[in-house]
Amino acid sequence: MKKTVEIRWHGRGGQGAKTAALLLADVAFKTGKYVQGFPEYGPERMGAPITAYNRISEDVITIHSNIYSPDYVVVVDDGLLESIDVTQGLKKGGAVIVNTGRSRAQIVSQLKRHGWKGSVYTVDARKISLDALGRYYPNSPMLAAVVAVSGVVSPDEFLKEMRDSFAHKFAKKPEVIEGNMKALEKTFETLAENGEKAVRKSA
Amino acid sequence: MAIRERLSGNEAVAYAIRQINPDVMPAFPITPSTEIPQYVANYIANGKVDTEFIHVESEHSAMSAAVGASAAGARVVTATSSCGMALMWEELYVAASDRLPVVMALVNRALSGPININADHSDSMGARDSGWIQIYAESNQEVYDNFLQAYPIAEHEAVHLPVMICQDGFITSHGVENILLVEDEKVKEFVGEYCPAHYLLNEKEPMALGPYAVSSYYMETKRGQREAMKNARRVILEVAERFEKMTGRKYGFFEEYRMEDAEYVIVIIGSAAGTCRAAVDHIRKESGKKVGLLKIRVFRPFPEEELAEALRDKKAVAVLDRSEMFSATGGPLGTEVRSALYGAKSRAEVVNYFYGLGGRDITVEDFEEVYTKLEKLAETHKAEDMYDYIGLRER
Repeated sequence: MKKTVEIRWHGRGGQGAKTAALLLADVAFKTGKYVQGFPEYGPERMGAPITAYNRISEDVITIHSNIYSPDYVVVVDDGLLESIDVTQGLKKGGAVIVNTGRSRAQIVSQLKRHGWKGSVYTVDARKISLDALGRYYPNSPMLAAVVAVSGVVSPDEFLKEMRDSFAHKFAKKPEVIEGNMKALEKTFETLAENGEKAVRKSA
Repeated sequence: MAIRERLSGNEAVAYAIRQINPDVMPAFPITPSTEIPQYVANYIANGKVDTEFIHVESEHSAMSAAVGASAAGARVVTATSSCGMALMWEELYVAASDRLPVVMALVNRALSGPININADHSDSMGARDSGWIQIYAESNQEVYDNFLQAYPIAEHEAVHLPVMICQDGFITSHGVENILLVEDEKVKEFVGEYCPAHYLLNEKEPMALGPYAVSSYYMETKRGQREAMKNARRVILEVAERFEKMTGRKYGFFEEYRMEDAEYVIVIIGSAAGTCRAAVDHIRKESGKKVGLLKIRVFRPFPEEELAEALRDKKAVAVLDRSEMFSATGGPLGTEVRSALYGAKSRAEVVNYFYGLGGRDITVEDFEEVYTKLEKLAETHKAEDMYDYIGLRER
């Protein structure tokens, strides 16, 4: 992992992009990193485009500005690709991770229209979540995807920390722990089939 | 051993309130400070504190209740932002002139209009003449540390003034960062019990508080407030020293970052100081240019002499204001820093910039540009504009 990794999340109000950014900060914090997780606030309403950010570093982070040239961009809703250039400022060697039911080729060509020729990963978080949990919660798969692609936390450490935090979070409904864990593991597997060497073995 | 955690600024303040367990919290919700009374209400519901929460119908009543409870002899906390504090205006002055050690967690947010929920300092800077001590924070760590130091400062017998612990709305209040927390028992020992010498509920000492003051008494009251504010200088440093012994974290009126040999200096308040810090490191690493940062922590009382001493020999200074005061010349911090330097007969060139109004973002590159302008100013002794903007859209 390079010294500081910067991640920008695009989602819609109510989809949990902010929560996902805070969860990523949590996981990275637990593995000893310095972290920031923060949303960009405006006149919020359900369905409106929102942005959230992560900085994850080996060193103390003092910068308090938004992130304009991220290393990774996560798109929780592929409908946003129409209206927003999600790759704006994205570093050349960076990557976009998109939650979509469409094919990777379709997303790649849509991003090309904005001039993005770098790495693209797709995750069908809806399918994974429905299969594993029976309901649509895109957070867990998207979190696994960004961890896998960025390597900010090693997959093994990530799975261990997530099991602990699910056990804590769902102490009163332990039946959903396995489903959530399955969603994370399934995301790692599908990413590995993405045609790129997706899952980094170490941080 | 400190507790390693990650919390938002609002969570950190609420955590500190839990540890201190004040007697009374009157509060009314307003973005972005709403979470603070919300978390405290949770602590109360879960039996973690025995604070009495007063549900008021407005901020005017929140500060009125704070004044009443504090006068009765209770340790009081409230939280607010922006227009909420504006509605407290009348009572802010009452709390200060009655010498009541109320502590307010202020989450800085722009005042209307246009209506805006994001960070700037127009709320607290507007209240700079109200007689409250004002302490600002760069990070979640600092707002937590400042909050723990608030009561020992406010309740000190030589001070007895209300204290405002300020942090930037959303930027730190809603941003999650690493933080080191102090253990509960250490906090309780550091803050101590509040045993006021005089209080309304003391039946052995009947007294009146806040009566009408005719012209022959009013001025002496103000003089008394000034004495208390002067004493606050010493007490703020004493409390900081005690805090350093407990945590190892050092605080003063302001923080000097890479200032020993600095020629070009930015003076700033709040969360953007952290971004400026990164610019200082970057410039020094890339070009070796002698740039430095002076971050104001205590704005009231204003550390005039110390500030003048720290800036006296610098070549050029940019003072950055996150609020307007429409003198059509400068901002509140710019004016006071310039005044301090005038008294010290400093030859440093001083410019004043406005930034971040209504939450406008400021980046590392913006700060680097300011340092470049300072270098030019030191050479030419001619500023393009003595009062300029950073990040203003011209179209």
